[in-house]
Amino acid sequence: MAETTLTRADLTDAIYRQLGVSRQESAMFVERIVEEICASLERGEQVKISSFGTFTIREKKMRMGRNPKTGEEVPITPRRVISFRASNVLKDQINENLTGASNSQAAE
Amino acid sequence: MIKSELVNKLAEENPNLFHRDIEKIVSIFFGEISGALVRGDRVELRGFGAFSVKHRPPRIGRNPRSGEPVRIDEKFSPFFKAGKEIRERLNKD
Repeated sequence: MAETTLTRADLTDAIYRQLGVSRQESAMFVERIVEEICASLERGEQVKISSFGTFTIREKKMRMGRNPKTGEEVPITPRRVISFRASNVLKDQINENLTGASNSQAAE
Repeated sequence: MIKSELVNKLAEENPNLFHRDIEKIVSIFFGEISGALVRGDRVELRGFGAFSVKHRPPRIGRNPRSGEPVRIDEKFSPFFKAGKEIRERLNKD
């Protein structure tokens, strides 16, 4: 499905339109929010935004993988990955809006 | 970190603005992302990651206890894929 993508520019615009702050200041806030979330996750903290969702860090152990092209076994180094769990409020809103015959081909 | 801690941090950095304005900025930020997902749209924040909504078609599942088949309705699940930059930041060493 041809879908629209929301970007930093749209978030900046929304803040600019709804509040009496300059476009430049709005852009700075978007950047600062993203950066604070990243920094917090980097410290290994969980980031919890009520009615939106929770980002958590999961520690993955070393495991063996395989190069799909050559079939060669290669070790996959231990790593930290982010997992996001949407809040029930958000999940419910998404499903209320998108489920039903008329919308069944929305989103992938 | 929780939302109020994020608000406090930004408020400290911007003493020229009212605390409630910072609250509003943070809530617009997450509200816009939520709104896009509710419409089934994608959200892409370079360096951080992308949010999308995945469609799970209806299927026949099984009650694991009784083995009885049960109809499971279609559903939509929000999904987050971390971007390259943050993955690298999390795994520097």
